[in-house]
Amino acid sequence: MSLIDNINKAFDHRIRLGIMSILMVNDYADFKMLKELLGATDGNLASHTKALEKEEYIKVEKQFIGRKPNTRYSATPLGKAQFKKHINALEKLIGK
Amino acid sequence: METNKYLNDITEIKNIMNRSSRFISLSGLSGVLAGIYALIGAGFAYVKLKDTSAANYENFSGRSSSLWGSDTVSDLTLIAIAVLVAAVITGFIMTLKKSKKSGEKIWDSTSKRLVFNFAIPLVVGGLFCLVLMQQGIAGLVAPATLIFYGLACVNASKYTMGDVRYMGLVFIGIGLVSTQFIGYGLYFWALGFGVCHILYGALMYYKYDRN
Repeated sequence: MSLIDNINKAFDHRIRLGIMSILMVNDYADFKMLKELLGATDGNLASHTKALEKEEYIKVEKQFIGRKPNTRYSATPLGKAQFKKHINALEKLIGK
Repeated sequence: METNKYLNDITEIKNIMNRSSRFISLSGLSGVLAGIYALIGAGFAYVKLKDTSAANYENFSGRSSSLWGSDTVSDLTLIAIAVLVAAVITGFIMTLKKSKKSGEKIWDSTSKRLVFNFAIPLVVGGLFCLVLMQQGIAGLVAPATLIFYGLACVNASKYTMGDVRYMGLVFIGIGLVSTQFIGYGLYFWALGFGVCHILYGALMYYKYDRN
C-alpha cells in the first residue's frame, strides 16, 4: 500500500518523533532543551540526533556562548518535508 | 493494533509541538482575580475622583485633567500600580501552582519567550502613556492602556494559549471605542480590565484548568 510507504523508518522512535516535532515549531533547539522536553539521557539523545543528522534531516551547530560550548539543532528543509510527509501518512492511516 | 500506535504517535507529536513552543501553564483563575482587583481599583478611583472636585466629578475628560491636582494623578497612578502588582503576583503564584501539578518547569524557554513578547507592547504602551500625561492629553491614557494591553495580549498569544488572542482583540476594540467617549474613560477601563478579564479568565479556567 502506498500509504505505508510514506511512513518513514527514520522516525520510528518516540525520541526521534520528539526531536523532529520540536524542530518543526522552533527555529532552533539546543541540546539542553531537547533533553528537558523529552526526558532522555545524554547518550540516548545523542545517538538519536546523530542518526537524524546522518539522514540530513537535522543540522548541528556548535558554538561557544562566552566560555561554554553550546550545541544547537535545527531541522533541514529536507527534514521538515520528510516529517510532514510522515505526519500526513500517519493521519491518513488512522483514518482522520 | 498498528492504528493505535499511529494514533499514539500523532498525539505525541502534537503534544510535544505544543509543549515546546507554547507556555501552557497559564492559570485562567488568575485572570478572574485580576479582573476583580481591577474592578475594586476602579471603585477606589471613582470615589477618589468624586471627592476631588464636586464640580468636575462627572467629567473625567482630558480637558479638565489640568484641573486635577498632581495629588489626584499620583493617587490614580498608585491605584493602577497596586492593581497591576496584585494581579501579577497572583498570576505568578497560581501559574506556579498549576505548573507544579502538571510537572512542567515554570521558568523555561517558553515562559521566557512569553514574558518577553508580552512585555514589549506593554512597556512601549506605558512609556507612551507617560508621554500623553506629559503632553497634557491625559484623557487618552485610559484608551491607550486598553489598546496597548490588547496588543500585548495578541502578541503573547503566539507563545501561550491561543485564546488570549481573542481577549486581546476585544481589549483593542474597547480601547478604540473609548477614544470616542473621552469623558467615560474610567467605565471603559473597568469594562476592559475588570469584566473582560473575569470573563476570559473563567472561560480559560473551564477549558484548560479543570482536569
